[in-house]
Amino acid sequence: MAENKRIDAPTGTQTVGHEWDGIEELDTPMPRWWVFTFWVCILWGIGYVVLFPAIPLFNGATPGLWNWSSRGQLEQQMKAETLRRAPITNALSAIPVEELAGNEKLYQAAIEGGRAAFKVHCVQCHGSGAAGSKGYPNLNDDDWLWGGDLPAIHYTLTHGVRQPDHEETRFSQMPAFGGVLNGGEIDAVAAYVQTLSGKAKPSARSAVGATLFANNCASCHGTDGKGMREFGAPNLTDGIWLYGGDAASIKTTITKARYGVMPRWNNRLDPVTIKMLAAYVHSLGGGEATATPATATAPDPEKVATNVQP
Amino acid sequence: MSSPEDLTGPRQPLYQARKGVYPKAVDGFYRRLKWVIMAITLLIYYVTPWIRWDRGAYAPDQAVLVDLANRRFYMFQIEIWPHEFYYVVGLLVMAGIGLFLVTSAVGRAWCGYSCPQTVWTDLFQHVERFIDGDRNAQIRLEKASWGVEKIAKRFSKWTIWLIIAFWTGGAWIMYFADAPTLVRDFWSGNAAPVAYATVGILTATTFVFGGFMREQVCIYMCPWPRIQTAMMDEKSLLVTYKDWRGEQRGSLKAAQANPSAFGDCIDCNQCVAVCPTGIDIREGPQIGCITCALCIDACDKVMAQIGKPRGLIDYCTLDDAEVEKKGGIGKPVLKTLLRPRTIIYFGIWSAIGLAMLFTLGQRTRLDLAVQHDRNPVYVQLSDGTIRNNYTLKIRNMQARPRIVDIYIEGLPGAVVWTADGDRASARQNVNFAVDPDAVHKVRLFIAAPAQGPARTEFQISARARTGDERGDSDTLIFERPKEDE
Repeated sequence: MAENKRIDAPTGTQTVGHEWDGIEELDTPMPRWWVFTFWVCILWGIGYVVLFPAIPLFNGATPGLWNWSSRGQLEQQMKAETLRRAPITNALSAIPVEELAGNEKLYQAAIEGGRAAFKVHCVQCHGSGAAGSKGYPNLNDDDWLWGGDLPAIHYTLTHGVRQPDHEETRFSQMPAFGGVLNGGEIDAVAAYVQTLSGKAKPSARSAVGATLFANNCASCHGTDGKGMREFGAPNLTDGIWLYGGDAASIKTTITKARYGVMPRWNNRLDPVTIKMLAAYVHSLGGGEATATPATATAPDPEKVATNVQP
Repeated sequence: MSSPEDLTGPRQPLYQARKGVYPKAVDGFYRRLKWVIMAITLLIYYVTPWIRWDRGAYAPDQAVLVDLANRRFYMFQIEIWPHEFYYVVGLLVMAGIGLFLVTSAVGRAWCGYSCPQTVWTDLFQHVERFIDGDRNAQIRLEKASWGVEKIAKRFSKWTIWLIIAFWTGGAWIMYFADAPTLVRDFWSGNAAPVAYATVGILTATTFVFGGFMREQVCIYMCPWPRIQTAMMDEKSLLVTYKDWRGEQRGSLKAAQANPSAFGDCIDCNQCVAVCPTGIDIREGPQIGCITCALCIDACDKVMAQIGKPRGLIDYCTLDDAEVEKKGGIGKPVLKTLLRPRTIIYFGIWSAIGLAMLFTLGQRTRLDLAVQHDRNPVYVQLSDGTIRNNYTLKIRNMQARPRIVDIYIEGLPGAVVWTADGDRASARQNVNFAVDPDAVHKVRLFIAAPAQGPARTEFQISARARTGDERGDSDTLIFERPKEDE
C-alpha cells in the first residue's frame, strides 16, 4: 500500500496511501501543541504513580508518597463528620430529657439521629416502620404500657423491660391464673374484659366475670380496667391488644400470663443515642407531652370522640 | 510545494509547529460591525452581574444570579427553582436551534462575530497591535532576538493580556454570588476556594486561548465548525472569492499592460494579510474560514483604489455563485435569508420561546407535594379510630412569608394534627407559616373513624392567604384495616 503514497497537489500534503473507491486520506501532520498535551499526560501519570498507590505488589500496592488510601479517607471524613456534629451531640448530652421536646432544633436533630439508630437496633422486634407485631408494641399508636412521654420512653429504653440482671428495669409480673381460676371462671373474666372495650355486650357470664375481675385483676388493671402504667398493666378498655383482643387470645393471656421483655440499652448504647431513640419514638405520632402527673394531659376520650365526628 | 510524483524528498513531519498569524489592521463596514458587536457582547458579559433588581427584603437584589448554593436562578423578574429546570433546558434548546437558524441563513456568522473565542482573540489582537505595531512590525519583532525592546514589549503585552484575562475570569464568578459582596470577599481572601479556582482556570484559558492558541482552537478543538458544515447548504451565505471575476490574477502592472488576459485580482495579498486565521480565501470555502468578513473590507478598499467595482470577495451563496459564473445576477439578500428552511427553524425557535413565556405566566408560586407513609400504612388508635401519616412539602416560591392553609376534603369525620401538636389539638384544617422562598416540610397525622372502605380517595389542598390566589392540591389514599384483619 505504501507505494500508493503520493503528494496531494492542492494541499501539498502526503496521502496515507490507502484508497477506497477513489477516496484517499491525507496524512496531515498534527499540530505540535497536541504532542505537548501528550507529554503533559505522561508527566501527570508519573506524578500519580509517585504520589498515589499504583504498582500492585503481592500483598497490596506501593503506598505512594502521600500515603493515600480510601479507608484513610473514610476515616478522615468520619472524623470531620463527628467534629461537625459535636455541638449537637454535646448539647444533647447536656440537656435533661424532660426539656428536650421544648428545644425545637435539638429535638428535630435527635429525631433524625434516632431514625438512623432505630434502623440498626430496634427494627428486629418493632419492625422498620415501628409498627410492631403480635407481642411487640406498635410505637406509632397512642397506647403505652409504661408511659408515652419523653422521660418515660427514655426510661424504658435505658433500663429495658423485665431484665433480670438489672435493678431499675421496668418490671411487673401478671400471675398465670391457670392454676387459680377454673376454666369457667376464666371464660367469665374473658367475657367481662371483652365488654370493657365494647367488643362484646354485657351478659350473665360477664356479670360473673366482673366480680372475679374486681377480686383478682383490679389491683393492677384498675377497677375500671384502664390499667396502671406504674405496673405496665395495659388499658383493657381501648381498641389496642398487644396479644390479640379475641376471646381465645384473652383466655390464653389470663391462663398463662404474658411476659414480654425488651433489652436495656444503657449497657449497649451511649446516652446520646438513647436520647435520640427516645425522641424518634416519641415523634412517631403517639408521643405524649411531658407533665407531672403524666395523666394530666392525656386526651379525654369523649372529647376526642366528639372531635372526630363533628 | 513538491510535485505530485516527488516522494524522494525528506519524509513529511508527523507534527507541525503553528504558523504565526499576524493579521493586518483593516477598516471597513464589516470591521465596524465587528467593533459594535464586540462592544455589545463584552458589555453584556462584564456589566450584567452588576445590574441591581429590587425583589424585596427576602430575595437577592442582583438582576441575573445563578445561586447554586441555594439552588435558585434569578433573571430579572423571573425566579426559577430546581424543579423548574426545564426552563433552562428550553433556553439551551433555543440556543441550539438559534445556531441552526443563523448557520443555515448566514453561515458561520456565530464564529465570525460573536463567538467568545473570536471576540477575545480580536481584543487580544488589538492589544498586540497597540504594543507591537501592525503586521510587518509584529513579524519583525517575532524574528528579532531577545533584546531590551522585545522583552519590554512582550512583558507589557502579556501583562495587559493577563489583566484582561483575569478580568474575564473574575466577571464569570460574579454571576454566581452577590457581586459587590463577592468582590470584597475575593480581595480579603474570604471567598470560597472554588471562586479562586474558577478565576484561576478562566484566567489561564482566556490568556492561552486568546493570546496563543487563537485559530488553533477553531480548527482543532472546536466541534462547531464540523457540525456547521452539515448545517449549511447551497443557499447559505459564505464569504466567497469570485474567481470567475478575479482570475487570471496578476500584478496591477501586468494587468494594465494586457487587460484582456487578466481578471480583477491584482494578487496584492491583502485578503491573506488581514485574515485572523491565516488562510487564503481565494482557495475556496474551507474549515479555517470563520467568515469574519475582514477580507471583504480589505479587498473592497483595494478595488476602490484601482477603480474596480467592490465585491470581488463578498458574501455569496453557492447557488448564486453558479448563477453569477454564467453571467447572471444572484438573488437579493432578503430572498436568500427567507426560505422554507430558515422560516421553519425560526418557527420552531419562536414556538419554544412563546411556549416558555406562556407557561412562565401560568405557573403557580405555591406547590404541595404529599407522601403517604408506607410503613405502617395505618395505625389503630386506642379509641378505635384509624390514623394515617403523611409528609407534606409546601413550597412557597414567592419572596415573602406566607401563611398556608391545608384543607382535608372528601374524608368524612377526618381530623388532622401535626407532629408537634397532639391529638387533643386535632382540627379539620391546619395552617403553617412558610418562610419566604422556602420549602416547609411537615408531618401530618390524619385520623378518621374506623368504619369506612379500606381505601378512601381524598384531597389535601394548600392555599396561601396572601399573594397568589391559586393553590395546589394532591389526591391521596386513606387506608383502613381490611374487614378480615
